[in-house]
Amino acid sequence: MTTNLKNISRQALWHNNPALVQLLGLCPLLAVSSSVVNALGLALATTMVLVFSNLMVSLIRHQITDAIRLPVFVLIIAGFVTCVELLLQAFAYPLYLSIGIFIPLIVTNCAILGRAVSFAAKNPPLISAFDGLMTGLGFGLVLLALGAIRELIGTGAVFANMELLLPFAGNWELTVLPGYPGFLLALLPPGAFLLMGLLLAIKNLISSARPQSEQATEAAVQSINNN
Amino acid sequence: MAVKKIKLPKNYQVLSTSMIMLWVLVACIPGLIALTVFFGWGTLINIVWLGLWALVFEALVLVLRKRNLAFYLKDYSALVTAVLLGLCIPPSSPWWLGVTGMFFAIVIAKHLYGGLGQNLFNPAMVAYAVLLIAFPIEMTNWVIPLGVEHDIDAFTGATALDLFRNERGGMLIHEFWSQTSAFGTFSGIGWEWVNAGFLLGGLLLLYKRIIAWQIPLAMLSSLVLLSALFYDGGSSVSGGSPLMHLFGGGTMLCAFFIATDPVTASTTPRGRLIYGALIGIVTYVIRVWGAYPDGIAFAVLLGNFAAPLIDHYTQPRPSSDA
Repeated sequence: MTTNLKNISRQALWHNNPALVQLLGLCPLLAVSSSVVNALGLALATTMVLVFSNLMVSLIRHQITDAIRLPVFVLIIAGFVTCVELLLQAFAYPLYLSIGIFIPLIVTNCAILGRAVSFAAKNPPLISAFDGLMTGLGFGLVLLALGAIRELIGTGAVFANMELLLPFAGNWELTVLPGYPGFLLALLPPGAFLLMGLLLAIKNLISSARPQSEQATEAAVQSINNN
Repeated sequence: MAVKKIKLPKNYQVLSTSMIMLWVLVACIPGLIALTVFFGWGTLINIVWLGLWALVFEALVLVLRKRNLAFYLKDYSALVTAVLLGLCIPPSSPWWLGVTGMFFAIVIAKHLYGGLGQNLFNPAMVAYAVLLIAFPIEMTNWVIPLGVEHDIDAFTGATALDLFRNERGGMLIHEFWSQTSAFGTFSGIGWEWVNAGFLLGGLLLLYKRIIAWQIPLAMLSSLVLLSALFYDGGSSVSGGSPLMHLFGGGTMLCAFFIATDPVTASTTPRGRLIYGALIGIVTYVIRVWGAYPDGIAFAVLLGNFAAPLIDHYTQPRPSSDA
């Protein structure tokens, strides 16, 4: 069981990361990562939807026939997206205004439907929910990294306007480079594409530095030790 | 299969990359002199500063890519990129503008695509577009040329094309030209001479057969054709005279030095005509109906996008009669 959970986490966070390896959900990833607070908002929303949709899909997996599974899954995902949207409107309205359209668009994020079809429809509920959490984290961490890099290069500061999401974090803004003239490109869509490309390159560089066989052996040794 | 015999021109010779690049650098000199006379030493300082950073970034990437340092540095291509960008950015630009520009030109636009010969887009124009989008204020503030009346304290201001675009306010062309002192005989004061200088250098490159004649010819003629069509007798909605467009902004620099980059341009004879015409049309469209006073960088990048497709459809076919 622990090996299984560990394997799910490793796959979702690194080897099969939805954003860095599968390149799913690029539209919200590139569009919303202009600042840390936007990225965090979308990361949390996506993770929440993933956990609950995976759980629900897994619970009803024996009742759904293959012919109608896709519309049903999309309906379930859309239901949870609506919940998240209402929650954001209720508790973080300014943030909702700033990432607005990308919340309903979570429905179309292929990473979520992908997990529902390829994992939750075949596995028991709890482990599916865990898979949803890890996939959401894998997506969210990349989103946060891209958001932090873009905000830093674009404005010279990070964590600006965090109070939009976290009321206690109003003074978190960290000016890394005082007097920085700003680099507008990083905040614009082309900057998102460029920096995402560089993140992919870094990921591939690290992966190729550690050959697959070595990683597999390491994983095997670790699982033996843990048992 | 019958293959059409191609006669080589009499003074045909294969030049090495470094010789081509050196000739391009030499051909820049007349335009550079004109820029220095009208706009001061800024451009010259830019070129030295950018050239320095071009070599630094080039060497850095070559070391990272484990390539032969001396071999690649000696082809002077990084220097040509630096000079072309140095001629395009305002003479008064701050020091970090050039550094950022060269980083994008050499590291992103050239080496991340695989180095010289592999890059899809003209490095100097990628850098120019990046800088224009990221630093619009610094990039549009040109030095006021010699011979234009201005406040005693003012050092920089809008270029002639910029004024033409934004300050005309529905005047007839001759009214507008008589009211602002920024215009000379054909086009903006200073700019006429800068473009004449690049035309001279371009003719040298043509004479040396370093660049293909189809690209400048097609670009300049499409620009002239469009501006003649929409000249409208100098009315209040006129797009400006053909001469203003030919000798304004970066027209000549683009036609002979930038659009003709052998790596990123179309490579077939008919393709070059289409490619050049496309750049001329887009330049005019951006200048007259677009959001920027000059459009050469975006026009060249769009041309670069289209070049592989143009090449695909214009491959010379073996003729049946030979």
